[in-house]
Amino acid sequence: MNESVVLDKVTKTHGLVKAVDHVSLSIQNGEFFSVLGPSGSGKTTILRLIAGLDRPDQGDIVIQQRVVTLDPPHKRPVNMVFQHYALFPHLSVFENVAFGLRMKGEPQALTQKAVSDMLALVRLQGKEKRLPGQLSGGEQQRVALARALVNRPIVLLLDEPLAALDQQLRQEMQGELKRLQREVKATFICVTHQQDEALMLSDRIAVMKGGKVLQVGTPQEIYDCPVSSTVAQFIGLSNVLSGTIASSEDGLCRVEHEVLSPVKVVCSPHDSLQGAVTVMIRPERVHVSSDMSANGYDNMFPAVVHQVVFSGNEVVYHVRLRDESIWIARVPIAEAQARPLTVGQPVYVQWRAQEGLILPAHSAPC
Amino acid sequence: MLNHRSDTSFPFPVKVSLLSSSLFLGLFFFLPLILVFGVSLASRGMYGGITWIATWENYQRVFDPLVGVIFFRSLFLAGLTTLICAVVGFPLAYCLSRASKPWQLILLTLVMIPFWTNFLVRTYAWVLILRADGILNSLLIGLGLLDEPLSLLFTDLSVFVGLVYGYLPFMVLPLVVAIERIPPQLEDAAFDLYASRGRMFRHVLLPLSTPGFLAGGVLVFIPSLGAFITPYLLGGGQNMMLGTFIQQEFLVARDWPFGSALSFGLMGTVLLLLWFLLGRMSVEKEPS
Repeated sequence: MNESVVLDKVTKTHGLVKAVDHVSLSIQNGEFFSVLGPSGSGKTTILRLIAGLDRPDQGDIVIQQRVVTLDPPHKRPVNMVFQHYALFPHLSVFENVAFGLRMKGEPQALTQKAVSDMLALVRLQGKEKRLPGQLSGGEQQRVALARALVNRPIVLLLDEPLAALDQQLRQEMQGELKRLQREVKATFICVTHQQDEALMLSDRIAVMKGGKVLQVGTPQEIYDCPVSSTVAQFIGLSNVLSGTIASSEDGLCRVEHEVLSPVKVVCSPHDSLQGAVTVMIRPERVHVSSDMSANGYDNMFPAVVHQVVFSGNEVVYHVRLRDESIWIARVPIAEAQARPLTVGQPVYVQWRAQEGLILPAHSAPC
Repeated sequence: MLNHRSDTSFPFPVKVSLLSSSLFLGLFFFLPLILVFGVSLASRGMYGGITWIATWENYQRVFDPLVGVIFFRSLFLAGLTTLICAVVGFPLAYCLSRASKPWQLILLTLVMIPFWTNFLVRTYAWVLILRADGILNSLLIGLGLLDEPLSLLFTDLSVFVGLVYGYLPFMVLPLVVAIERIPPQLEDAAFDLYASRGRMFRHVLLPLSTPGFLAGGVLVFIPSLGAFITPYLLGGGQNMMLGTFIQQEFLVARDWPFGSALSFGLMGTVLLLLWFLLGRMSVEKEPS
């Protein structure tokens, strides 16, 4: 395989904390790979290990079939876009972008041309002489990208590249990142805590928590088939129900809950699930209505509307079940307006057996 | 014309505090300054008193070649002290700013501890260390590295050591403030962009620490230039600096007018240097 970066059982400890714990990853050439996880999950440490800013305690790092575990940063064909960009405040935009080439001792004419071309690529012509402090957040972001990409890295590392931007700029820069990746044909490894960002940008995603990789897969795989409830919850707000399997026949499991009525969930026979399980239903698959007459739903709970949130093209209902847990239902705006619900109103939460996802309660990778 | 808005725009308590601080400064700073200036224009009386006959003669004597020697020795020693304080102070300040919080507190306390002891006492301590039968010479002879004691005390070197020792904290503290403002990420970014340690320092840390170097430089250079305890105790009589020279004019030669003129000459030099430095700083700040 043409692997760009391989991490082989890499461990890194900060003090007593295992920031990265036996992580193995294999990232393909030209891939947009995201590492998704909450803060403190060790995802930034992974980038620093690949960049050479940190050294692993154990394990090996391979870039382009070459073991680089002990190489210093300047010997790796890797560049990084830092969180908050880390632009040199005393240098102009041009000098910031030229920094890497100057350190490598490239000839002046070549540097001049490469920097100009790169500034054109990130659409910053005419701002060469500005200082970073005189630029907007989006422009600083582009300088940071240009400063890394001008060195023609095989791998570009991005640490929360869009976190400091406002919503609109973020969407714009997402498109920009994809375009840049197509044009420079480098491997992009991006660290983020925003699941929508990871889902939208990535070819593949690694979900991390507590220094361990929980799952690696395409956005579709991770969204549709999370290996554990932790991944499922992290990848999108999910409604959770813990129970025990009472019976299982013809690919249909009956799960019993302490308070709520038993539910039916489709489960494949080879899952061989037993005992404690977690059932998850995505917010957009939950049907909420004031009457129980709707057809075709296998499961139904009575509930009370707790909160109604309008978010543009949909309405998000927070409803409280009998066991005091809050479930979330996303309803398209047209449907919600046809049959509006108000806070405090008793409702019925309904969903089909095939839309539930059944996972072992104690997450174990499949 | 000045506008008189200031009479009405401050509330009463502010006015009181402004008035009291102005009074204090006027009485204890500005008035003595005028007095010294007045004396510098007077003549020396027969037995060391002041005769109120106006003359420029004292200022002409400031440009005497003998004063020039002392002036340039002071300038040289103060400049060298500032330079060495910067070179020695930077690594210390860097470690201090990048240390973890508890270590930072410990190290800062260690830097500050000497201030709890009187400067005069600390300078005498250097006499004990540097003199012919002092600690340093005894140690070197005891170790068999020397047969004869080195004459360290009462040299330019001993003055210089004393000055660096005395004013190092004034360089370190502004540098700590400046370095703390440099995000460590910038160092990582420089390494990621192929900089070696040396080039990272040269292209990132050094230019970004400039405000600290300037502030520290001013704080070390000015008192070193006018220092008088250190050159007096560690330099003996022969290696005079401007500070000791002025003190001698006042108390030994009892030539107050000349001493006053020298003081104003020193002040003028310092102001001129500061003005030049501030001018350069504002040029650097302007965007190109």
